[in-house]
Amino acid sequence: MTFNKNIKLFSSIAACLMVIMLILTGCSGNATTPTNPTTIAPTTSATIPTTSAFSGTITESGSTTVQPLAEKLAGAFMTANPKVKVTIQGGGTGVGIKAANDGTVDIGAASRELTKDDPVLNKILLARDGIAIIVNPANPVTGLTKTQVRDIFAGNITNWKEVGGLDKEIHVAAREEGSGTRTAFQDLVMGKDANGNAINISKKAILQSSSGAIMQVIKGDPQAISFDSFGYVDTSVKALSIDNIAASADNAKNGTYPVVRPLYFLTKNQPAGLVKAFTDYCQSASAQQIITQEGYISVQ
Amino acid sequence: MVCASLSFIILLAIIIFILREGLPAFSKIGIFQLLFGTEWSPTNNQYGLLPMIVGSLVVTCGSLLLAVPMGIACAILLAEVAPVRVRQMLRPAVELLVGIPSVVFGLVGMLVIVPTIRQIGGTGYSVLAACVVLMAMILPTIISISDDSIRAVPRKYKEGSLAMGATHWQTIWHVLIPAARSGIGAAVVLGIGRAIGETMAMIMVIGNAVIFPDSLLSPARTLTGNIAVEIQYASGTHASALFATAVVLLAFIIILNTITMNIFKRGISGTGNR
Amino acid sequence: MAQVTARSKQKIATAVIWASGVVTALILLTIVLYILAKGLPYVNWQFLTTAPEGGLSGEGGISSAIIATVYLIAFTIALLIIPGIGTAIYLTEYAPDNWFTSAIRYAINTLAGVPSIVFGLFGFALFVTALHFNFSILSGALTLVCLLLPTLISTTEESIRAVPQYQREAGFSLGATKWQTISHVILPAALPGIITGIILCIGRAIGETACLYVTMGGGSAVPTSLLSGGRTLALHVYYLATDTRASEKAMATAAILVILIIIINTLTNWLSQRFHTRMVGRT
Repeated sequence: MTFNKNIKLFSSIAACLMVIMLILTGCSGNATTPTNPTTIAPTTSATIPTTSAFSGTITESGSTTVQPLAEKLAGAFMTANPKVKVTIQGGGTGVGIKAANDGTVDIGAASRELTKDDPVLNKILLARDGIAIIVNPANPVTGLTKTQVRDIFAGNITNWKEVGGLDKEIHVAAREEGSGTRTAFQDLVMGKDANGNAINISKKAILQSSSGAIMQVIKGDPQAISFDSFGYVDTSVKALSIDNIAASADNAKNGTYPVVRPLYFLTKNQPAGLVKAFTDYCQSASAQQIITQEGYISVQ
Repeated sequence: MVCASLSFIILLAIIIFILREGLPAFSKIGIFQLLFGTEWSPTNNQYGLLPMIVGSLVVTCGSLLLAVPMGIACAILLAEVAPVRVRQMLRPAVELLVGIPSVVFGLVGMLVIVPTIRQIGGTGYSVLAACVVLMAMILPTIISISDDSIRAVPRKYKEGSLAMGATHWQTIWHVLIPAARSGIGAAVVLGIGRAIGETMAMIMVIGNAVIFPDSLLSPARTLTGNIAVEIQYASGTHASALFATAVVLLAFIIILNTITMNIFKRGISGTGNR
Repeated sequence: MAQVTARSKQKIATAVIWASGVVTALILLTIVLYILAKGLPYVNWQFLTTAPEGGLSGEGGISSAIIATVYLIAFTIALLIIPGIGTAIYLTEYAPDNWFTSAIRYAINTLAGVPSIVFGLFGFALFVTALHFNFSILSGALTLVCLLLPTLISTTEESIRAVPQYQREAGFSLGATKWQTISHVILPAALPGIITGIILCIGRAIGETACLYVTMGGGSAVPTSLLSGGRTLALHVYYLATDTRASEKAMATAAILVILIIIINTLTNWLSQRFHTRMVGRT
């Protein structure tokens, strides 16, 4: 009985709240109208002569791995089509999938293969991305086998001397659970044991919530090891070869480097109009050139 | 009246929304499993908050152990010992530090304290680094409120004590501090609140590993960090479990707030009886 | 003899207190000076007026972060003033001593202690998700309003209470109604205090990160409307520190934040001295 009462109380409070929110949104709606650019209107672009055929806005959010790349591509697209505004936001692969599926954004970004748990979405392969195993440049180790990498991250190998390095403890750093980079690393490197159970990354690993933060850890700590997208790897860290294959874009492209994942743009339906123009552009030769320059692997 | 109800409505709305989003986790996972489970691994559907609860408590206690004695000592210095000119210089400095954004403390922690601690051992991203950063953050709060409350003690208390032949220190220790205890208590509680609630600076220095910290150099994760690190990826039960984390935090704060209010009441009536 | 121990005790205690004071002052001042020394050399006109370029090198300046911060704070304060000051007036001038008033007081006190990230989650659930404002300045501002309301209420209350009773009585004796007295006598007299409170709120809004991290999206583009996402200066520090290699730019942005806080503190000190009231800022 009291429960029912509570529900009544709650719903009346919620009703009050909604009224307030409506008032607030009413105000804000008015405030935004003058500055808010109108959304996509393909018919107007036909009547008003412009240098480019497109105008309107595109929103994208999702994987933080794709984000810097998408920002560059959006910038180039907007330079070519000055009447178009492309908004790029992060959020992570999970957010990208969710937002694309419920229509919050036009395009979602994912940095891993979609699984059977994910909703069915239209995938546009933007680029491929190698995942490099990185250490501090001061670390004498230059390569590991895939098994060694797995044992290090699982916490079975804890000292660098076991893999031909100095007699120092290994500091494992990883991305947080749910990150596309971590999921891809988990699938491609950690794999499953003989019983079909996933081999997990050691719980003692320190976790950072972005690729950049991982770079900071590796840059500062000679004993640390982690994994990060090719796009992020620069001279301040050292990418290890895996099974004697160097972590290079060429090796990733010809399929010899073992840890490569796809980067996707996701749309709810087949893209059309402005969104299609943008995704087509991203697959064009000039866009793929930008992708290569940024350290990712072109799909052409 | 309508305006006044707003803050009440906001509090209720927060509680309702956090509960509404968090309850599925409580029912799916079970309260006991959620609060006392020791494994947190969303990909394997394991949601135990105990490591984070312990992490938050350890970091909070550690930073208080560092900050409270120093804070009170500084407050005594400012209120009683230091000459006026020193006071005039230090007090604005302390107030300035109250306002410094926490992310700035986190940045200094990440670029200075973490590498320093790495020299001692481990990765540097550790409970110790978190405690040091938090200490620097809550110290100004504790100093300024304790200073206020020591100076708010009526002059006649001090004069009476000195007139009875007590030394200045005896007066401070046996008269002023006890008289200001409710204010100092409030300062400490505010410090606890700030320490439990701090998020960004913690993520930046604590390493975020979901384990029970076994030493000061071990990484850990706080409740707040758990939310901020994972919310952007979470969906379904996972997201709900993060809201459940917020429920735990809210519960902490409401309990803390109720205790503070009681301290205040007792403090006031205590002074009144004297 | 006892006198001697008491004296030596005092000496020891004083020494300990001075030592801890000096150590604390050193720690705290080092932090500020370190940031300023490391960050200021990178601050120049170009840094302030160019937009961040995105990407990993953290190239570019902070103009979009400045714009987003200004947008966010202006909108937050605009939304905050009426409920904040209204509540304070109600509580000081009208509120009867009943359960409703104490419930409101309890709510304000509790809200003041709720962690920023919990406000963030609330904003995420209500504004971002349920009301479909998405990650935007609007969502961030509404969340900030909830977060700052207790601060503005308590500072405004203090300054209204500080208005002497005789001014109130003077208003009434001239035949003014209660509302006329409030709007023509009390509010003008309390104005410097209220402004101090608003500036305090601005200071907090500048430094806030956790609740905005989950409500504003953090895009680095220049915001064009309230519904576009963005990052404030404080968020920009976080993103620079964790997402890019440009830790010197993070320091530079942090230095600007510190300078802003110094300006705000000086302003509030100056105002509250003019107001002749002791303002105890919420921490």
